[in-house]
Amino acid sequence: MTATALPAPRTGVEVGDRAATAGRPPRSENRAGWLFATPFLALYLAFLIGPVVIGLLISLFNTTTVRSGIGSWVGFSNYADVLTNADFWASMWHSALFTLLTTPILVLLPLLFAVLVSRLARGQWFYRLAFFAPYVVPSAAVCLIFAFMYTPETGLITNAFGWFGLTAPDFFGSTSGAWFAVVLLTVWWTFGFNFILYTAAIQEISEEVYEAAALDGAGPWQQIRMITVPILRPTIGLVLILQVLSSLKVFDQIYILLTGGPNYTTRPVIQYIFDTGFSAYRGGYAAAATMVYFVVLVLVSVGWFLVRRRNNSANT
Amino acid sequence: MATAVAAPAADTDRSGTRRSRRGGEQDRSGRLFNRLAATCMTLFALIWLVPFLWALITSLRPNEEIAANPTNPWGSNWNLDAYSYAWNSSPLGWWYVNSFIISSLTVVFTVVVCSMAAFALVNLNFRGKYVLFGLILAGLMVPVEALVLPQFLEFRAIGLLGTYWAVILPSVALPVALFVFHSFIKAIPVALIEAARLDGASWWRIYSQIAMPLSRPAISAVAILTFITSWNAFLWPLLVLTQTKSQTIPVGLSSLVGGSAIQYAETMASAVLGILPLLAVFLVLQRQIAQGVANTGIK
Repeated sequence: MTATALPAPRTGVEVGDRAATAGRPPRSENRAGWLFATPFLALYLAFLIGPVVIGLLISLFNTTTVRSGIGSWVGFSNYADVLTNADFWASMWHSALFTLLTTPILVLLPLLFAVLVSRLARGQWFYRLAFFAPYVVPSAAVCLIFAFMYTPETGLITNAFGWFGLTAPDFFGSTSGAWFAVVLLTVWWTFGFNFILYTAAIQEISEEVYEAAALDGAGPWQQIRMITVPILRPTIGLVLILQVLSSLKVFDQIYILLTGGPNYTTRPVIQYIFDTGFSAYRGGYAAAATMVYFVVLVLVSVGWFLVRRRNNSANT
Repeated sequence: MATAVAAPAADTDRSGTRRSRRGGEQDRSGRLFNRLAATCMTLFALIWLVPFLWALITSLRPNEEIAANPTNPWGSNWNLDAYSYAWNSSPLGWWYVNSFIISSLTVVFTVVVCSMAAFALVNLNFRGKYVLFGLILAGLMVPVEALVLPQFLEFRAIGLLGTYWAVILPSVALPVALFVFHSFIKAIPVALIEAARLDGASWWRIYSQIAMPLSRPAISAVAILTFITSWNAFLWPLLVLTQTKSQTIPVGLSSLVGGSAIQYAETMASAVLGILPLLAVFLVLQRQIAQGVANTGIK
């Protein structure tokens, strides 16, 4: 899910706990500590760190996914193949393009909505319900409904274009139409998550700040611009990085709705790995693609972490 | 995850009214602004509900009527035929069972395993603790979704493909969940734990009878979000659950997309059936959250 990077900036510095008094721990406590931590550690090493190591290893062999066994050593030739493959770079670009198309909308629109909704006196539950409910719907159900609404000629969205005197693009046959379809679906589906993050942060802002501003003659728009948005800046940064990371990992919608089509022009990188690894059975090659993609994602997280830390230390 | 959960909790009924007691000169422009905002937001909220309503309405109409009048939902022949057809034509029942078992077990294991580790990291002094902490912190940056291929090869090697365990095990040791528990358990007064220690309570007893009951908000937060994530997971269950009858709701439903173009009502009925369980959980969850806020308010 999107949320994986969340508490990073906060927890980083708080390692020192109450038990952290100097000296060697008593033996019973040492044993108890490891007993409590072992189930987590075992699963963590096996299924989070394990795949990273296995991916690295496999990427150096010509493993196939049809037979068990690792195949024979091929050195870095899988990486050379991946890095010179136009299809791989096309799919990387599609994931990046999806990120560029969705991130601005999904960072700014929920901010605007959350700010406006927080000013309303009644019916908060209704807005929260309407905006957040899609988030709990499985991707496949979302795609079933939107595929029906995108149906050429008879679909609701296709017809909605007509009400405004426009012609609907070909949602399944043209590349631009397909991107439009996927982006609209994604905005509807994941909007609520960011909306809730913003709403929570807005509720933290003290009422007195607004009262003081109102006494000084600040109108509603000025209050939003001069108070709410500046205070929300850390939250905006958080939503931004979470959105970038989750958009870069797009797979479900594009795969279910379009299978990367038309003619692979929307295929994201996860589907490329899926296709080469599980349809073409080129395990070693797909593992090399996985590692390249993995490094890009980790660099984005680490980059954000460093920027964040620099900003924090600059402020104090 | 932490923030996402705290989100609805902070949002009580009082928040609705508090902005409106602002007085002063700008009251009129403020009121106009708020009325405008209310209109816009209500409009958008209604638009947001359209896909749900459209799926529901379509699922109740006969196919001939949909084909004749696709965008006119008014008809006199609404019925539930599509639901019985959808239920009988695909193993929806099995998908429900699979999804339910997988999500519930994932929740139980995640809560127990992550809270135990968090308890150890907060309260117990053991060698290698800081290395462990750093390792888990680094795990926050590992994009698990990108690693499905090596993960698949790993599960094939240990022979668990096609089982529930293949879906459950990789999602249990979740660093985010651990940190949610970590911040909660850390807020428990040291004196409480030291007193229990002096009374001769074992660490297990302190964990299960002091730390866990006091971390109930963290438990429900982790449980709810784990359940939603697990229920909606798509790519990994698609890879490891290959038998039609062993699939989960999202994987099973995805095979219906782009299938029968004429059976609109049946397809939408399947979508509605796929949405219902989590939507129900979500509606219950809203009330539960309000209660959680009331409880923390008393403390």
